[in-house]
Amino acid sequence: MLDFVIESVIKVVVVFAVLMLFVAYTTWIERKVLGRIQVRHGPNRVGPFGLLQPIADGLKGFFKEDIIPSNTDRLLYALAPALSIIPALLVVAVIPFGDQFTLFGRTITMRITDINVGLLYILGLAGLGEYGVMLGGWASNNRYGLLGSLRTAAQMISYELALGITLISVIMVSGSLSLVEIVEAQAGLWNVFKPILWVPFILYIICGLAEINRTPFDMPEAESELACGFNIEYSSMKFAMFFMAEYAHAISLAALITCLFLGGWNLPFVATPGFLKLPVFLAKVFALVFFFVWERGTFPRLRYDQIMRFGWKVLMPIALANIVVVGLYYTVIA
Amino acid sequence: MIPVKSRRIGFFGTPLPLLKGLLFTLSRLFTKPVTYQYPEQKRQPADRWRGLHRLKTTDAGQLKCVACGLCEAVCPANVITVEAKETPDGRRFPNRFVVEVTRCIFCGYCQEACPKDAIELTTNYEFCGYTREEFHMTRDVLARN
Repeated sequence: MLDFVIESVIKVVVVFAVLMLFVAYTTWIERKVLGRIQVRHGPNRVGPFGLLQPIADGLKGFFKEDIIPSNTDRLLYALAPALSIIPALLVVAVIPFGDQFTLFGRTITMRITDINVGLLYILGLAGLGEYGVMLGGWASNNRYGLLGSLRTAAQMISYELALGITLISVIMVSGSLSLVEIVEAQAGLWNVFKPILWVPFILYIICGLAEINRTPFDMPEAESELACGFNIEYSSMKFAMFFMAEYAHAISLAALITCLFLGGWNLPFVATPGFLKLPVFLAKVFALVFFFVWERGTFPRLRYDQIMRFGWKVLMPIALANIVVVGLYYTVIA
Repeated sequence: MIPVKSRRIGFFGTPLPLLKGLLFTLSRLFTKPVTYQYPEQKRQPADRWRGLHRLKTTDAGQLKCVACGLCEAVCPANVITVEAKETPDGRRFPNRFVVEVTRCIFCGYCQEACPKDAIELTTNYEFCGYTREEFHMTRDVLARN
């Protein structure tokens, strides 16, 4: 029992540290890639290629004044950044990022835990993640903040529905809610390459982008209309925590898509040697993160009513039809 | 009314422009940035660039300016102040010559109006200071730069 606790604690600490590092460097990737897309240099002052920029930003965040405006709901105001970052971090607990290896005679699995309802757990956390943004906008007693959080609530609820419904087709094909089993079922043939399943793949990417509030669905913080939206009154590390939450969400979404559709640690069509599993997984995650940045540099923000219409009138029907088609195909034909 | 030809691409044609856009930004990713890295890498202004003023001197080191006041008269922003004085041998020179650079619009009329070719606008675009007074460029400052 004790060695299980020790092993888990070590794993949690290592995964948390690595995730935070990735979050920091995702900001660097975003700024650098966006810069190059716009034919600029991006950060290049701190360290070679600006590689120390995230560290400088973090230090700066700690030294900034932490302003709490008057007439705020102080408890919720302080709680909101934590509420938004914790669910984003908790998602990583069920992500299998590698198979297993032996160290000092112990078999160590490359995941914090493997619960048999992993997907339900993730959907639940996705629901929780909204509260941070919503409460943050509401508690800061600012009109733009309130508008931003209202939009967040509406957008997240409508896209979460399509997101959950899209997942059902993957669950039907894999026959399991455990992420480890879903990944193992994809050895040899990834889910994207299975018939029809590219439809939920694309749907999931679109809904996921809306869920983590990235461009072109970044309604809650539409700079040009809402002057930053929900985080307008936040400063110092509280503000930084909202941003860490955003990037942690992006990474966990990328990891989820990798697990659900891109075969997790599996190479396509061939068996994967043990030592390659973690690098393969990380490569896929960062390819997706790169895609998120790339599309941000490409697509303009949609209008609010367009987003709602797209969610309810396009994505929802496709997601529903997708269940029927996938179900019929895999029971009747395959 | 001009009839507008609408090109309907339909539901299934919608993703195509999106993919085109993605391709375009990807091609931008591999081009060389156009930014000048300012303090290390300076932009070379054109020869006719109108920057900070200079009062020219003769080879003997005397100001060419004879304080006729034409530049002061022609200046549309009224930033030039000239006070003339005469040497004992009857030669006019500007005792005071001030250009308020912060209000100058760098039109170059002073340069054009000058009958003695005594004032010109240099290509220097890097001048800064901490106080307003530092930008009231006097005769000696303008002659030196």
